[in-house]
Amino acid sequence: MFGVLIRIDSVTKRYPDGTVAVDNLSLEIPDRSITVFVGPSGCGKTTTLRMINRMIEPSEGTITLDGKDITQQPVNTLRRSMGYVIQNAGLFQHRTIVDNIATVPRLLGWSKDRARARARELMERVGLDGALAKRYPYQLSGGQQQRVGVARALAADPPVLLMDEPFSAVDPVVRKGLQDELLRIQGELGKTIVFVTHDIDEAVKIGTMVAVMRTGGHLAQFAPPAELLSSPADAFVEDFLGADRGIRRLSFFSSAGLDLLTSPVVAVDATAEQIAERGANDVPYLLVIGADGRPLGWSEPGALTAGDIDPSRLLAHGRPFEHGKDSLRAALDCAVLSPTGWAVAVSADGRVAGVVSQQTIGEAIRAAHAEGRTDARDSGDAGDAKVAG
Amino acid sequence: MNVLHFINAFFGDSAHWHGYDGIPTRLREHIQYSLTALAIAAAIGLPVGLLTGHTGRGGNTVAFIATAGRALPSFGLLVLMFVLLGLGLTPVMIPLVVLAVPPILVTTYEAVRSVDPSPVDAARGMGMAEPRILFQVELPVALPLILSGLRSAAIQIVSTATIAAYVSLGGLGRYIVDGLYQRNYEKVVGGATLVAVLALVTLGFFWAVARFTVSAGVRRSN
Repeated sequence: MFGVLIRIDSVTKRYPDGTVAVDNLSLEIPDRSITVFVGPSGCGKTTTLRMINRMIEPSEGTITLDGKDITQQPVNTLRRSMGYVIQNAGLFQHRTIVDNIATVPRLLGWSKDRARARARELMERVGLDGALAKRYPYQLSGGQQQRVGVARALAADPPVLLMDEPFSAVDPVVRKGLQDELLRIQGELGKTIVFVTHDIDEAVKIGTMVAVMRTGGHLAQFAPPAELLSSPADAFVEDFLGADRGIRRLSFFSSAGLDLLTSPVVAVDATAEQIAERGANDVPYLLVIGADGRPLGWSEPGALTAGDIDPSRLLAHGRPFEHGKDSLRAALDCAVLSPTGWAVAVSADGRVAGVVSQQTIGEAIRAAHAEGRTDARDSGDAGDAKVAG
Repeated sequence: MNVLHFINAFFGDSAHWHGYDGIPTRLREHIQYSLTALAIAAAIGLPVGLLTGHTGRGGNTVAFIATAGRALPSFGLLVLMFVLLGLGLTPVMIPLVVLAVPPILVTTYEAVRSVDPSPVDAARGMGMAEPRILFQVELPVALPLILSGLRSAAIQIVSTATIAAYVSLGGLGRYIVDGLYQRNYEKVVGGATLVAVLALVTLGFFWAVARFTVSAGVRRSN
């Protein structure tokens, strides 16, 4: 089943003591995409999420699923149609992994065998070793437990997935893995995912749309991540995005448009003429590549002797970027880290495709920004242009 | 003339092994009083504890009942009930139940309260109905603590059920009360030994119950 559209219409949550958690919030959560609610603590992001599955009832306003008011069906029927993932996974410690995942199918009346078979399928889908099926939660790492949490939420194939700070309790390396996994799963399943986080980087990375909320339950901005980075609505959003939003925005531009130079590249077994010819046009450095086409290192043209190039004496070439697949941000990063100021571009098989200077990357960034502004005006949909890296 | 000598003499006397005052009869009576009292106390303490623990409401009332129950002296209550109700099992059951309800009620309440709230939140968010959350999410995790409450209640009942003998009923207390009256210390020590052994058996029984009913996932993660 595919995702559905969720509409939040003038929703306010006021507690008996007068605190307003969410203040007159209206927005449309697009189907089959990841909508991230992000903001500081007390901004009402979790309250908003919990109103969607009626864990909290709004004081005013309505929430509709595909046009139908969520209060029109029994609350547990509604909740069983929405996967729910929480911060510490919230696994049932007395049940095995496979039985944890089978929870909602069992609630829906599936037979034990069918529910368990489905659970094993889900374990594979979220990248869990089938050998863990009979284990108990205490035997799993935090990252594995969170994967079980995601599998459990997906078990009955719900159209909607609600995720409340699901990855905040795991370490950064594991978190990155879980984020990539979520994007991969979403690519396969196309659910309507509502995701709450306090981490703006996470929001920008995984969100198709990002709702930035501020204390008091106000919506500060609702936009695709690229637009958020290029044109924050106000000082609060700009401040929340952090100082390097310009650099981070480069993640949304492909390196495909970069003009690569192949002239400053020589093979390790190059002849004296080739070296002389390549180094002729005032090229400060030459990139030496091996017989397999992979980069070996940089050298000044004068330091190279034909037939006697010692790879261990070359300047390190740093981490190359993959031309066309990686973003301008990755390319710039390579150039900044390179001892020569030049970035090495490789193709998918790791062979050198060419080299590019910081200056050329700078020109590409300016061009991309100019283009990005036009795009944002034309369609307001720059989020779709997100590139890996 | 030491305790072991008394024990030896008491259990070695074949006259103590049959008849209406024999060990099997007295033991059976004692177990019967204890089980009845435990069943009544559990029927009161468990549902109230589970419900207050699950909803989180009534915690103060639970604490009040527990303190009040613990403050009442069992023997005094027995005498009072005997005066009010006359001979019979009821005046004996009341102090035993009053004694056993607080540990059952309070530990059950605390056990359910102390269950990690995140699986409960997850269960509710997945569309589990409240009774199912209580019995399938909270109870299995709270079980070790609940059993420990039942265990201490059972042990207290077993040792206190001896007071039944003061109001002319049977049970192992018979040996102690009669022995003291007749200055037959062999009987007193024998009766006390039987009570102690029964308490140990109770302990073992609850250990076995926990072993078979508590999930390995709960046993090892705590």
